[in-house]
Amino acid sequence: MNILRKYMNKIQPQFRPGGKLAKLESVYDGMETFLFTPNTTSRCGAHIHDGNDMKRTMITVVVALLPALLFGMYNIGLQHYLAIGQPDATWLTMWTFGLLAMLPVIVVSYVVGLGIEFIGAQIHHKEIQEGFLVTGMLIPMIVPINTPLWMVAVATAFAVIFAKEVFGGTGMNIFNVALITRAVLFFGYPSRMSGDEAFVKIDSAFGMGQGTPVDAFSGATPLGQVATNVGDTLQPLHNVVGEPISTCDAFMGFIAGSPGETSMLAILIGAAILLITGVASWRVMCSVFAGGLAMAALVHIAPTATYPATLIDPLAQLCYGGFAFAAVFMATDPVTGARTRIGQYIYGFLIGVFAILIRVYNNGFPEGAMLAVLLMNAFAPLIDHCVVSFNIKRRLKRAANK
Amino acid sequence: MISKKSKEAFFNPLSKDNPVLVQILGICSTLAVTASLEPAIVMGISVIVVMALSNVIISLIRNTIPTTIRIIVQLVVVAALVICVQQFLVAYDYDVSKQLSVFIGLIITNCILMGRLEAFALNNGPWPSFLDGIGNGLGYTIILVIVAAVRELFGSGSLLGFQVIPQWCYDHGYENNGLMILPPMALITVACIIWVHRARNPELMDN
Repeated sequence: MNILRKYMNKIQPQFRPGGKLAKLESVYDGMETFLFTPNTTSRCGAHIHDGNDMKRTMITVVVALLPALLFGMYNIGLQHYLAIGQPDATWLTMWTFGLLAMLPVIVVSYVVGLGIEFIGAQIHHKEIQEGFLVTGMLIPMIVPINTPLWMVAVATAFAVIFAKEVFGGTGMNIFNVALITRAVLFFGYPSRMSGDEAFVKIDSAFGMGQGTPVDAFSGATPLGQVATNVGDTLQPLHNVVGEPISTCDAFMGFIAGSPGETSMLAILIGAAILLITGVASWRVMCSVFAGGLAMAALVHIAPTATYPATLIDPLAQLCYGGFAFAAVFMATDPVTGARTRIGQYIYGFLIGVFAILIRVYNNGFPEGAMLAVLLMNAFAPLIDHCVVSFNIKRRLKRAANK
Repeated sequence: MISKKSKEAFFNPLSKDNPVLVQILGICSTLAVTASLEPAIVMGISVIVVMALSNVIISLIRNTIPTTIRIIVQLVVVAALVICVQQFLVAYDYDVSKQLSVFIGLIITNCILMGRLEAFALNNGPWPSFLDGIGNGLGYTIILVIVAAVRELFGSGSLLGFQVIPQWCYDHGYENNGLMILPPMALITVACIIWVHRARNPELMDN
């Protein structure tokens, strides 16, 4: 460590104004605070110090994402080897394939996003913020594995510039940046984001595991199959090679889907980490599930063939698609969500309601979690405003009665 | 003939006092007709014609219009011109007039037009009014054309209907961005143009 400290001190003057590399000042500061605890202290007033700074918060979220990420890698491999008719490949082979398949997406997401953040910070002479650490990890987990890398790059750049930097950077954005990335891909390149070819990687990943799909292959996700269901009863859902799957499989995550969001179990482990460390709000998380369950039960009262998703059992609704991932990692984003306590209940509940509502009654979109969170992002300030002004009114009334 | 005032009337609306970029007028039609280049150009030319002629007519009769009913008189003049333009388009460029649908008719309600009539034509002679109309129409058209070119290029890979992005790119995995065709991207493109424009003209920035 000492050697590193000495080296950083030695190269420091080059990055200060007037130095040779003054243009890269914020990069230097970013690296220094990444490696060492900053030794600047506040100069006025009394402050309560807490070791839990933004960097630690962000790292906690990344750690919470790891179970879903690692399982997602395994699942990509599993779906691949199922599709090419080699279901007896070892789990390590499958996991390695998934790792190789996801790695380029992760690299592109971080390089593009952090690159823009570095440039933005340098232009405004500000410190580099850590906000993209989580966003850059979320993006590969919510875009389908077959999305071309240049599309990921374009969408990430668009989201970071227009959803984050123009609003003032980390902590100022109105919309969840990762979801904007997905929304850009979703509306810009719809054929890549849904349908049978988006979610199961058939090609090789760096030369590993290529093959031709077996005859029974169909890459439709369970929700995609539900959306095309015909008749008054729900046809049995099947996996990518036509074998029937149960809700339990969906809960464990052995289904086709975006890498991070198939396994509810892995997501719930992440949720536990977020809740135990106090990083995410349990109010939001629980009320999203409550809202989703309430709406799913409501639409299940009178199932019709016109809207096949009404045929799904309410509890099963929560296990399919990106619902759980959105509830745990997207809705709980403290920047874009509601901040008042009562507001958080309303905000979360409405996300759950809208996610199921869009999924069930909009035949164009098999899944609605992304749009629900983005919609409520827009309403979060209004909800907070109403809660606060209601509170003020109530207390004024109490004061007047005394 | 070309006094300083006429010069200003013509050149100011092109950049420093652009109706779309600076006054933020005529945004609705900018969003609606810019999905491809051809309708945008036709729309721009129509607005130039209507604006120049209505400016001249109102300027000629400005001393005889009673102030209490001036808005009605302006609307009658503009509406008459718009109908002429619309019928001309239906006769000579039927497909584009179909694409533009109600938006040619809606030139009547275009804020830029009423704004110029009220602010300029009522107080100035026919010649400066004519130049002012042409200038503002051009200012509007330039923005329309830029936005439409960007949207058609990235949304459909073509310009004026001709394929611009080579087939080679599509063979190597390039795809048109469907979002560009949707209205939100018109707003974002206009926002980007305003961004660049403000950055080049710092005196226009709000504090």
